[in-house]
Formats: sequence, structure tokens, C-alpha cells
Amino acid sequence: MSAIPILKERQKQIYQKGRTPFEMTCEKHSLAGSVSQRACVFCGSRVVLYPISDALHLIHGPIGCAAYTWDIRGALSSGPQLHRLSFSTDLQEKEVIFGGEPKLYQALIELIDTYRPKAAFVYSTCIVGIIGDDVEAVCKKVSRERKIPVLAVHSEGFKGTKKDGYKAACDALFQLVGTGSVQDIAPAGINILGEFNIGGEAWIIKKYYERMGVQVVSVMTGDGRVDEIRKLHGAALNVVQCSGAMTFLAEMLKEKYGIPYIRVSYFGIDDMAKALYDVADHFEDDPGIKERARKLVRDEVNAIYPKLKEIRKDLSGKRAAIYVGGAFKAFSLIKALRYLGMKVILAGSQTGNKIDYEILRDMCDEGTVILDDANPLELSKYIIEKRADLFIGGVKERPMAYKLGIGFCDHNHERKIPLAGFEGMLNFAREVHTSVTSPVWQFVPFRQR
Amino acid sequence: MEARYLLKDLKTKPSAAATQNACKLCSPLGAALVFKGIANAVPLLHGSQGCSTYIRRYLISHFKEPIDIACSNFGEQTAIFGGGANIKLALDNIIAQYAPGMIGVATTCLAETIGDDVPMFIREYLKANPKKNLPPIVHVSTPSFQGTHMQGFHNAVLATVSGLVTKSLSEKKQPSKTINLFPGMVSPADLRHLKAIIAAFGMKVMMLPDYSRTLDGELWCEYQRIPSGGTPAAAIEAAGSALASIELGRVLAKMPETAATHLEDHFGVIGHRLGLPMGIRQTDRFMQTLAAIADTAIPARFVEERGRLLDALVDGHKYVNNLRAVVYGEADLVAGMVDFLSEIGILPVICATGENGGHLAPIVKQILDPKYHDRVNIIEGVDFVDIEDAVQEVRPHLMIGHSKGYSLARKLDIPLVRIGFPVHDRVGGSRLLHLGYQGAQNLFDCIANTLLERRQAASKIGYTYM
Repeated sequence: MSAIPILKERQKQIYQKGRTPFEMTCEKHSLAGSVSQRACVFCGSRVVLYPISDALHLIHGPIGCAAYTWDIRGALSSGPQLHRLSFSTDLQEKEVIFGGEPKLYQALIELIDTYRPKAAFVYSTCIVGIIGDDVEAVCKKVSRERKIPVLAVHSEGFKGTKKDGYKAACDALFQLVGTGSVQDIAPAGINILGEFNIGGEAWIIKKYYERMGVQVVSVMTGDGRVDEIRKLHGAALNVVQCSGAMTFLAEMLKEKYGIPYIRVSYFGIDDMAKALYDVADHFEDDPGIKERARKLVRDEVNAIYPKLKEIRKDLSGKRAAIYVGGAFKAFSLIKALRYLGMKVILAGSQTGNKIDYEILRDMCDEGTVILDDANPLELSKYIIEKRADLFIGGVKERPMAYKLGIGFCDHNHERKIPLAGFEGMLNFAREVHTSVTSPVWQFVPFRQR
Repeated sequence: MEARYLLKDLKTKPSAAATQNACKLCSPLGAALVFKGIANAVPLLHGSQGCSTYIRRYLISHFKEPIDIACSNFGEQTAIFGGGANIKLALDNIIAQYAPGMIGVATTCLAETIGDDVPMFIREYLKANPKKNLPPIVHVSTPSFQGTHMQGFHNAVLATVSGLVTKSLSEKKQPSKTINLFPGMVSPADLRHLKAIIAAFGMKVMMLPDYSRTLDGELWCEYQRIPSGGTPAAAIEAAGSALASIELGRVLAKMPETAATHLEDHFGVIGHRLGLPMGIRQTDRFMQTLAAIADTAIPARFVEERGRLLDALVDGHKYVNNLRAVVYGEADLVAGMVDFLSEIGILPVICATGENGGHLAPIVKQILDPKYHDRVNIIEGVDFVDIEDAVQEVRPHLMIGHSKGYSLARKLDIPLVRIGFPVHDRVGGSRLLHLGYQGAQNLFDCIANTLLERRQAASKIGYTYM
């Protein structure tokens, strides 16, 4: 078996349940020279704002950041498609020396005149502050001249982690909150925060809440529109998924407008049902909501249950490893996998905090490995040791799993199918089944040992 | 819920200041790719974490292989005080975790903008660790505000050669016939084919880079820190004693200093600067050059391959002649494609590249008969919105280039033949063969079949004969 040394500085970010006393370090800056699966501040901002489809997203910097994020997510829009284009100021040496403000100004004017967006987001990349560009000033000027909000997103890559990028995105969003009319919003109105409409997931969730008699005021930011941001303050409750990304916004809405928030997850049957019931509980004055929620859950579960049972026959006892961005998603996945009869032998996240890891530890079976900000060496070491049949992660983990001959389910923002909601649970089960039951695994070298 | 309107309904317009849907990538990507093609090497990007993660993700989506690229992980303090401490820590950690045979350090825009003196950091690192058996560390400057991924690629090849080739080894006469080959940014299948061709001439080759196995390998039994394969560092060190060097790419041949010119200037190794062997004439030239260096006849198998190719081109000529194509991507690949298309009667009405060197236009004009010159629009330093704007006037029959042209092909409802990098929306990007007679055969089959499929699908009858 491979003897892969774990860097000493990394040992405290790895825990094996049942072995050592639980003491996990997390929320650390990635170690120089280790190949982290994390991204940067810019990446955090970009993923949060990406689905806002009637806004211009202009990336201020050299070409790379824009080229690598062009049409990168499966975030669907029911209307405008502007978010699927990639815009960059493509800074050249000349601008690095003399400043990029004139080019930024000209790019904004040209693009706004061509595409008539409802707002523009200007993402600062690494070098923007260093070459001394006053992005705020350019944004203000263009905003005055073109009469649309032009918002600077302070997303210089090196200024923290992906989480700081989420915060920068939320700061930009918050500047628009409170500028729209909230007249037509019913008392039972919610915002769905941290749902990016991957493969149409926001549409699925929205329909559930509407069937319960709850009005969805805004979804942030799936199938998002600028006007939806403007009326976020009109909701009575914020329902936050993808907590890492959107808790910042929920906190700001709570502080300024007194709107409470709850954390939910839409993955798996248990958590999906809980997300509906928790909202119903909030609007307990209208008992009809809870009643309708119960019926909805019953109907939806009945619709998928026979098919899931069939799938479970093949998956029972198979072993899964989970490595995702936020820890909250890992919780749901553990439950969903158990529902399919599978065992979780590794669970980890890029950005979990101490409390997240305590919850993970409590959920997991003895021997499960828990990892924070892992690298491919560590991930592969444990998936071989634990003989995983399935790996759930993002696009960067896929080749590692495949190289070793392990099934894979993409649970990141680049996937194209909806995995949220009850119907999403069925998609998830089918996706897992399609991978795990392939006959190709019988030829895999490490399984023949 | 159905989309009310689609991406293809979005009206675009070229912009003077902004780049929209770029037809290029940033230079550190090219450098990282080169370092992935050196045996036991680990690429290290000196900059923010995102650079290495994004580049890994982009490469992985094409090659479908694990691709480790380390990063020196700049934080706010680093940007203020410089990246010296970070790069040294990164080198320590890479050596501890990977035990690499070489480390290739490429800078990013951030490191370049704050003015980090990376060569000095590396010298200090070597000085501070005199007893350790350190791997060679090669540095290449790749600010993304200069050039494209191709510049990063070629600069990394040059930096590796100028950093590793030693006088003592180069003065030794090599017992076997060895040549240096600088193939440019081609596919793993191309690299394997090039090696096989040279072996058939009875020669050994130091091909740099060689990611034919590192980025297109077998399944593993256990995780390999660094995938097997790649150009051995020892072979690079001895490059000064080779019989000759060949570098591929008509645009590369215009560069004042390359790995081949460096070896010629410093070690007297004669450099042959050829176009990519795409199509008949350029492959002929490549074969003749090899035959001259090896002082032997062209092996019979290539004569046979060439014959079979010509036979296929004759059999299928009517399905392609007099058609119009848009060709886009790296300038060298576009030039190579124009070489081939000119041999089968497809007019490249638009030749587009994101590179801004100004070399593509004279090269394309040199390849094409002057009578076509005013029908061909050669546009450099462009993005996909510029290409879309240019396409309006020419009604092409097909587009030829990488996956990122798909949204435009879809919008225009013309078929796309995928070549080069990246191929993100199909399997087999690594296995695409472009070079040699076999590569021309493969390209011809793809192009002809794409056109035939389109014709068949559009037919009301749907014949099962052509």
C-alpha cells in the first residue's frame, strides 16, 4: 500500500473517527506548495454572482480569470443569457504600468451600450489594487452616465480565501437591497438564499414552496435578476442553503431589516422535507401551510420511493467518499447515501469550520476519515485504503477517482442535472447507480489485488 | 421551465476595450503544461491559489487526468512584503511531499506586478540548502498581461533548455543518434506519433515537452505523486550534443529566440525550423528533414501511409472541395490547418487567433495561392465576438477549432470539427491525431464525415449511400 507522507503542518486538518481525541484545525490559509483543491477570493465572488443573468459581469484584470470562468456553471436562466458570456478588460503590460482605469471605463461603456444590462458587476482581480486602479470611482462615474448600478466587487484573489469572495459578493448584492418595491409581497414570503439553479434546481424548490402557499420573493442567485435583489428586504424569512456563501447576506438582512434566517439543505429526502417543514413552522399562524407541506412530502416521496428501493438493491453496502466545498452539503450527502444503503468512509470539505466538523464527527461511523482543505495525495491515500466504490466531489477530484478506478458523482456547480429536491434525489440515486454499477470496475487493477 | 430566449438570440457586438469570450488563455497555463511534460517534474505557480486551481481545472477537463500544479499561495502579507518566503516554503513542501526530479516555477501576473525577483529567491534557496540533494529548479517569467498561453508554453521550453542543458554533457559525443524535437502544443496522440516516426528513422529523440504519457496514461494501482513518463531531465541536459534540433510551428519559427536557436547559438546544434507536419507537404518536409539528419531513406511504412492518405483524399475529394471554413485557435495550429485545407480545396475564409503577434497573416498568405487572398480574412488578437462579426459575411460550411467555438457554431448552425485544445465537450481530446500522414488522414475523415452527416441529416430521403 502506498506510503504517502502527510505534511506535518497538515496533520491537524485530518481526523479519523474513533482514534485520536477530536482536535481539528480549519479555516486556515492553504499551505504554500501543497496542491489545495481550493480556489481564491475571486472564485468565491464569481460563483455567487454568476447566475444573475441580466447583469453584466466584467472581470477587470489579465485574461486568465475571465477565460477560466466562461460558461463554467450549469446555472440556468429562464430569460436573459448574458451571464453565459465572458467579459474581461484583458489588461496588457501598458495598463499594468500606466493604470487600467481608462480601459475599464471604455469597456464598461461599450458593453453596457451593447447589452443593456440591468446592472454591472466589476470584479477586481489580483493586480488591480496593486497597479492603483480606483475601481469604485470608475464604477460611480459609469453608473451616473449610464443610469444603472455599477458595482465594484472586491475580489482580489490573494486577499483571503474563497469565503472572503463570498462576502465580497454579498457586499455587492447588499448595495442593491432596499431599492425595489415590496408592495405585492404576501405575509408568507421567503427568500431562497444560496441556491444557484444548477440544472434548474431553484425552479424545483420554488415550486415546492409555492405549492405550500409560501411566496418566493427572490432566489439568490439562481435564475437571478437585478430587480429580485432590489426587493430582498420584502421577505419575512430567509432560507439559506450553501451556508458558506450566503450567510453573510442573511446576517446583513437580519441586522438591517430584522429578517430572521434558517439554514436548510435541499439534498436528500430527510433534509428536503425538513427544509419545507422548517419554513412551514415559521409561518405557524397559517396551519394550512404545514398541512400542504405534509401532503407534498408524502406525494413526492411516494412518487420516487419505489424507484429508489429498486436502486438501493444494487448499492447496498457500497462505500462512498465525499469531498465537497461546504460542510453543510456533506451532511446531506451522508444522509442521502445512507438512504441508498451506502457507507461513508471519508468526508471532507474545503471550507468547513470547527462546528461543522464536530457535526460531521457525530454523524459519521467509526473509522470514517474527516478532512479539511485536503489535497489529491491525501484524498487518494484514504480512498484506496478504505476501498471506496464511489467518490462525490467536483471536477478537480474526478480524474483522481477515475485514475484509480473508482466511480464518481459530480456534486459541484459544473454539473448539468438537478440533484436537489425529491426528484433530484432520484437523479442523484440514478447518477450514483450509473457510475457504481458499471462493469468496467472489474478490470481495474487495484480491485484485482 | 423553458428558457424564453436562448444564448443564440443574444446579439453581440465587438468591443475595442473589452475581450468577450476570449480565444486565448493566460501564459502560466502554457508553462504548466510544459512542466507536466518533463519526467518527475512538479509545476509551481508563484501567485494566488486560484491561478493553479483554475488552470488545473481547465486542463483536467480536457486531458481527464489528475493534474497537480502547486501554488505558492499568496496572502495579503505576501503581496505587500513580496513572495520570497512563500516560494521557499512552497519549494520545501513540494520537495517533502513529491520528491520531484525537477520543479518548474512559473510566475503569475500578481508576482510580476509586485516585482518579485524569482531567480534571486531560487538562488537564495539553493544557497540556504547546500547539503540537501535538491532537484533542479527552472524559472520562467509568465505574466498573463503579456502574450497568451502559447508564449508561456514556448518560454517555458526555452527556460528549461537554457536552464538545464550543460556544457560538460553536451561536449560528450553521444553513442547513439539523438535529435532534439520541440513539437509545440500538440496532443498526446501527436507526441506519441512523432516519437514513433523518429524511432522508425533509427534515431533517439529528446522531445520537449512530452506529456504523451503523463497526461494520457493508464489506470493506477495506487496514487502516483507524479505520473510516469515525460522527458527525462538527463536527456534535456545532454541536448547540446544532439545531431540536430527540429522545432515545429511556422509562427514559432519567426521568434527571435527559441529552444532551437539557443542550442544552435550556444552548442552549435543545427536547428531546423519547420511548420507543424499537418497535411502532405509539411509532413513531406518533416520526413525529408529527418531522412537528411539520419542520413537514410524515408522508411517504407511512411511511403505506404502517404500513399494510403492520397488514395483516401482522392476517394473523398468531392465532399470537401470548394467549401469554406472558419479556422481559429493558436496561430501555429491555424497555420498548420491552412496548410492541410489548401491541399483538399477547403478555403479558410476566416483564420482567427487570440494571439497578437502579427505573424499569422503573412504565413497564411504565403501558403495560399494569391488568387484567394482577397477572399480570406486573417484576424489576429481577436475574441469570439470578433470572429462572429467576421463570420456574418462569409457563410462558412464548417468551423474548425477547439470546444470554445461551439456556442458560435451552434448560433450559426454550422458544424464544428474539434481539433487542438481544449476539447471540453467530447471524450478523446488527448487522442486527437493532427500530425503526420496519419494525422492528415484522421482530420480528413473527421471533416468529410462531419459534412456528410450534415448533408444526410438535411436530406428528405436519407440515402444509405453517399
